[in-house]
Amino acid sequence: MSDSSEKFNISIDGIECEANAGELIITACDNAGVHIPRFCYHPRMKPVGMCRMCLVEVSGPRGMSLAPSCYLQVAPGMEIVTDSEKVKKAQDGVLEFLLINHPLDCPVCDKGGECPLQDQTLAYGPGESRFVESKRHWAKPIPLSDLILLDRERCIQCGRCIRFAEEIAGDPMIDFMSRGETIEVNIFEENKFTSYYSGNTVQICPVGALTATPYRFASRPWDLEQVESTCMSCANGCRMVVQSSQDKLIRNLGIDSDPVNQSWLCDKGRFGFTANQSDLRVTVPLASNEEVSWKSAIDFVADAIKQAVDSTGPESVAIIGGSRLTNEDAYCWSKFARSVIGTDSVDAQLGDGLAPELVLGLPKATIDQACKAPLVVLVGPDIREEAPILFLRLKDAATNGQTKLIEVTPNATSLSKYATQSLFHRPGEQHVVISALVSPQELKPPTQGAPIQPVAGVDVDDITLARKLIQENKDAVFIVGRPSMADSEEILTESVSQVVANMSEAKFLTLLRRANTHGALDSGLAPGCLPGRTTLDLGKEHFTKIWGKVPATKGSSCTEILQKASRSELKVLILLGADPIKDFPSKKLALSAINSDTKIVSITAHMNDSAKLSDVVLPATMFGEKAGTTTNFEGRVSSLGKKVTAPGQSWDDWAIAVTLAMRLGGDLGFNSLEDISEEMEKYVPLYRNLKPHIWESSAQKDGIVLPITGESVKPRWIDPIATPGISSLTHHRVALRDSNDNTLELDTGKTSEFQVLRFEPHQGDLKIPTLDAYSLRLMAPRRLYDAGTHDGPASATEELPSILNLNHYDLDRIGASTGDRVKVVSSTGEHVSKVALDDSIAKGTALIWFNLKANGDEIGASDLIGVGELVTDIRLEAI
Amino acid sequence: MSIPKIVTSRLGFDDSFTMDRYIKTGGYQALRKALKAKPEEIREEVTTSNLLGRGGAGFETGRKWSMLRPNPVRYLVVNGDESEPATFKDRMLIERDPHQLVEGTLIAAYAIQATQAFIFIRGEFALGLERVINAVNEAYEYGAIGENIFGSGFSIDLVVHPGAGAYICGEETALIESLEGKRGFPRIKPPFFPAAIGLYGDPTVVNNVETMSNMPWIVNNGGAAFASLGEGRSTGTRLFALSGHVNQPGNYEVEMSKSTFRDLIYNPEYGGGVRRNNQVKAIIPGGASAPWFGPDQLDLALDQDAVAKAGSMLGSGSIIVMDEETCMVRAAWRIARFFHRESCGQCTPCREGSGWIDRIMRRIEDGYGREEDLDLLMDACDNIAPGVSWPPAQTTICVLGPSIPSSVAWSIRMFRDEYLIHIKEGGCPFR
Amino acid sequence: MARFTTENLEKASEIISLYPEPRSALIPLCHLAQAQDGWLTPEAIGQIADLIGLSPAEVKGTASFYDMFHTEQVGEYLVGVCTNISCMLGGAYELLEHCEDRLGIRCGQTTKDGKFTLEEMECMAGCDGPPCVTVNYRYFLGLDNSKFDQLVDDLESGRLDEEVPKHGTVFRNARQGGLRANKGEGQTK
Repeated sequence: MSDSSEKFNISIDGIECEANAGELIITACDNAGVHIPRFCYHPRMKPVGMCRMCLVEVSGPRGMSLAPSCYLQVAPGMEIVTDSEKVKKAQDGVLEFLLINHPLDCPVCDKGGECPLQDQTLAYGPGESRFVESKRHWAKPIPLSDLILLDRERCIQCGRCIRFAEEIAGDPMIDFMSRGETIEVNIFEENKFTSYYSGNTVQICPVGALTATPYRFASRPWDLEQVESTCMSCANGCRMVVQSSQDKLIRNLGIDSDPVNQSWLCDKGRFGFTANQSDLRVTVPLASNEEVSWKSAIDFVADAIKQAVDSTGPESVAIIGGSRLTNEDAYCWSKFARSVIGTDSVDAQLGDGLAPELVLGLPKATIDQACKAPLVVLVGPDIREEAPILFLRLKDAATNGQTKLIEVTPNATSLSKYATQSLFHRPGEQHVVISALVSPQELKPPTQGAPIQPVAGVDVDDITLARKLIQENKDAVFIVGRPSMADSEEILTESVSQVVANMSEAKFLTLLRRANTHGALDSGLAPGCLPGRTTLDLGKEHFTKIWGKVPATKGSSCTEILQKASRSELKVLILLGADPIKDFPSKKLALSAINSDTKIVSITAHMNDSAKLSDVVLPATMFGEKAGTTTNFEGRVSSLGKKVTAPGQSWDDWAIAVTLAMRLGGDLGFNSLEDISEEMEKYVPLYRNLKPHIWESSAQKDGIVLPITGESVKPRWIDPIATPGISSLTHHRVALRDSNDNTLELDTGKTSEFQVLRFEPHQGDLKIPTLDAYSLRLMAPRRLYDAGTHDGPASATEELPSILNLNHYDLDRIGASTGDRVKVVSSTGEHVSKVALDDSIAKGTALIWFNLKANGDEIGASDLIGVGELVTDIRLEAI
Repeated sequence: MSIPKIVTSRLGFDDSFTMDRYIKTGGYQALRKALKAKPEEIREEVTTSNLLGRGGAGFETGRKWSMLRPNPVRYLVVNGDESEPATFKDRMLIERDPHQLVEGTLIAAYAIQATQAFIFIRGEFALGLERVINAVNEAYEYGAIGENIFGSGFSIDLVVHPGAGAYICGEETALIESLEGKRGFPRIKPPFFPAAIGLYGDPTVVNNVETMSNMPWIVNNGGAAFASLGEGRSTGTRLFALSGHVNQPGNYEVEMSKSTFRDLIYNPEYGGGVRRNNQVKAIIPGGASAPWFGPDQLDLALDQDAVAKAGSMLGSGSIIVMDEETCMVRAAWRIARFFHRESCGQCTPCREGSGWIDRIMRRIEDGYGREEDLDLLMDACDNIAPGVSWPPAQTTICVLGPSIPSSVAWSIRMFRDEYLIHIKEGGCPFR
Repeated sequence: MARFTTENLEKASEIISLYPEPRSALIPLCHLAQAQDGWLTPEAIGQIADLIGLSPAEVKGTASFYDMFHTEQVGEYLVGVCTNISCMLGGAYELLEHCEDRLGIRCGQTTKDGKFTLEEMECMAGCDGPPCVTVNYRYFLGLDNSKFDQLVDDLESGRLDEEVPKHGTVFRNARQGGLRANKGEGQTK
């Protein structure tokens, strides 16, 4: 637990060994390969010493005595005995006590076969029970939420779930009720356990007390097959085990990847596999919504591309999307677009992300670096809604570590209560606050002695305090992301410019939402970019050599592509796992683009709004159905596991590109996934040393941050109770290892093949319109669970209505109250929306969550947001 | 020399609990005297007195204070959560002489230079709570609490905190948890010795009501005068709560070490003999968790070390007398049932073991026992308190665990035949 | 009902101010809520949670650890018969049986009219007058069957109203004023 480097000797069962100061006895024993049975102890949570299973004999001032090894720290010269008769008797006693009230329903219990209690009993327990009284009875499973069920008869009161909810997630919605023998885990009345992290309690439950609806009675542990993978629900890149039974994905378990998710998963990721089995899966190629053969579908698309290129040039073909692809898919599509079609109009983001130069060109911080930094400045959204596990890491750093947190956000976030300072600014004016914080000049009153006005709605005293903290910590880590879809990405770029210009030591973590946006950008899926974090200009020569050709000039961004399509200037638009109608900030433009004369080709795993209106739909494989690698927002590459066969006639995305290229007379040179990764490794300096087979070595399981620095990595810790079948790695990894676990010599190669992109601060000149007294500035932040098709069961969280939320002052001003319908005027026209009271929202602003399911007469945020505007100001009138 | 009444001197008066009576009988003079002395001088007097804690563990009060970790914030918490079966001395002191408790608390707070003091009163002591709350209000009026007490420059606030019904909160770390607004789960020692990491993580002294009630006398008369009473480590007087089959159950203040269990039971001033002139069958000294004594131990002195040497404890100062008409199985069962009902639920052996033992004991008492149940009981006891010896070892966090086996194991050891009769005859021979 | 009255809300903030940390007020606030409503209602739990910055689950979880807090409605008079060792030796179980007969309910139950709840108590420190009976924590020592019947009659007729407040009220007085010496500033200056 402790990072202290002090080491000393202890003895375990008579064998001398080395232990680290501050370490728990149980950890020292684990490290020495001596297993101590346990239930309540979890390596990622504070010990409580409650279950008493881990009692061992420990030397103390009064001789040897029984002590909980999960609670006591080692001391120099300590003698620990784990195998004496006394220890065995105590542990057997605890086991017997746990069993007396535990039901004998193992044959119908989901945990049966992977149950620590069952395993311990089988290994050490008596053959027969001495308990002849009647067992404690509770009503069989009670729902803690729509997702989590609790069988209190099976519960052994270890409190792991309760401690997780309070200590790790900060959601103390479950607790022990009552006392003594009748103590039980429960919720309060009807307040359900609606934590985004609720599934973790099921994984860490050492018995079958907690179960989740998607896995209940679905399989037996011995029927499961599993593979390690990386979650693709968001861009955090959590490591997980993907399990299947009878070729069907059935359960995901979090893996304790120290630098990333430290064993936790959010519910969206954990239960995301249900999307693989969704009724919305596209399993056959469709043309005009009719099933066609792959051949005719490919012919249709290839002919359309060829016609377009021949008649109006390659830039009349464009590609949107790619963040849901693997790195190999993305590289393949990038090569296909540039070298076969000849277009540079490719954009992995949908106008809802970050400028590529931020992602590719800023000095980077890892999650670990952020969590160890003395100061983290969050500029952007509510991290819990965007990257739930990063939220856990930061919350932990802010509460248990040395990290101070300043947040610069339009309104309160889930981190606010852990933040040293929260600066809530008027939406769209974030850069003004950042400028006041980082610029060399302190705030000055307009005239001598006059009061200083608030900065973008932020009190001057708050600015001063935060400024002081930032000036004292010039090496702060800035976590930057889009706070709202209602203001332009230029604002964030401007903020970052200010930081870079004034704080040369600052590092950045660029918060991306979709899983592999970083990987797609690394592969050049952005206009003006080429693989390896370079630009068209810098990398043109190199890639012309290896690809044959690259476009001469920079192509169009997503917004420009959609604009061109709506003006019928585009002939073919390929949607690579993208749904602009749902995800593009301005729905009006997305709709007119998709409904234009442009031929729309949707390559997707799910039928979505845009695919429904496409000319051709090609079924693609998705997470769990394909191998490869993905890159999280740290720039960390990790492997994906293929566990099941894709349904129907789905193809991997790279194979679609290869086939299309073939049909167009081009040869990408790829016959397999390995061919792609070999080319990436060989020709793109960023990927150098990432040979395809290195992922087979356990040393790389936690992923590799690019570019490779050879930095040392902590050993990987696995809670044996929570991740059956996955073993701990106890060695420290310093460099890459091959599949035989031999250290690989790093090939430093020629570093000057091309220059990589560096973010250059812009000369800021943003003119944010002044908010007039009759208007409200709109915020449209994203929620973890939105109307996207990739989501699993969202029942862990309440469904929110898609309506405008206002402060009481603004509601009063238009004479409306919660539930009323009002007229909304924005640059996109007149709309009608319901309103609701929310006093956490500042006066003069309105909030509508982006991309929620709009029921009945509700409107969506993207109905209100215009194109090319820096901010979205709206006017409301009573009806 | 007649033996002084140290903590019960005022109890002869009907209005012993009033400020009026307290002042008339020399109240708050000790506090004035203490505040004129240096804190270390008061600590020295208490160390000299060798006052042993009157809660149950019997630890030297002066030494406990001396172990307090230096820290700008330190707390004094008075343990008035008296819930030990057959112990009712603190309730009497709380209800009948609340000012003595308040004054003692203030003296102790001054001596240890506490920053805030709390008197934790058992929630069920409705009258006691009213009396202490009144006493504190009156003491404020009188200038004995608050800023600059009696012009001494010493300031302290004293908060009366009501409990809410959980025996385990008498355990000092559970009491601290409870005072922090949590469930009364005892903390693990080490590291959570209150003197080092107590209330809100700050160093804390937890002292019993009777211990505090001794303070005014010690300050007024000096530690040496207190130490001159009793013998050896057991100094001063002590309140014994006598109950069960005696003619006059009640609290009796007697000089330590100078009387025996027999004196207490038979002396007409105290217990006045056993009901119906019956014979004593067994006594339980020191609370429900203490090993039992038979009639052969009655001449043991009421001395902490002597009783410990004989294999039990003076503990909370309660003595339960059971005569020859008492069913030992039923008596042991009722105590086991108590621990079952009061287990906090934190540790497996206590939470599960207490219920199991309760059920087996009940089954035997009801006539459904099996001979192997006795070995089973002893083994279950052994799994909670390895060795089932005295002082006990434990597999649990706190001593409630090893308290469960006491009545069961000692009654089996002393009255095995009685158990066997229950088993053979299929019922209790005393009913 | 349920939500604190304005007067009690003031009391509540005064209670919170007595402690270095707000959570310490949990038990006193639950007592305050029971004094107001007779039992610990879900609404009160929610409000206490807000006042001291906990979740309602934490407040209920903590409160339900303690015997005196009733998260379900109880009778106006909580009749407790101690059956622990000293009282058992003094005939408590025999009295308890009579109590059940007299009140027509079993232990743990409440009479239909909502007047009486009967509970088997652990030691109440009334061992010098066994069996020890308490009504809303007011002591009635040395009761035999007929004295118990008389007690019930007195309670029903209101003759004991002065002595025995309705369930929920434990102590009828209160601390006068807030902290007089600041938290953490008690040492001699």
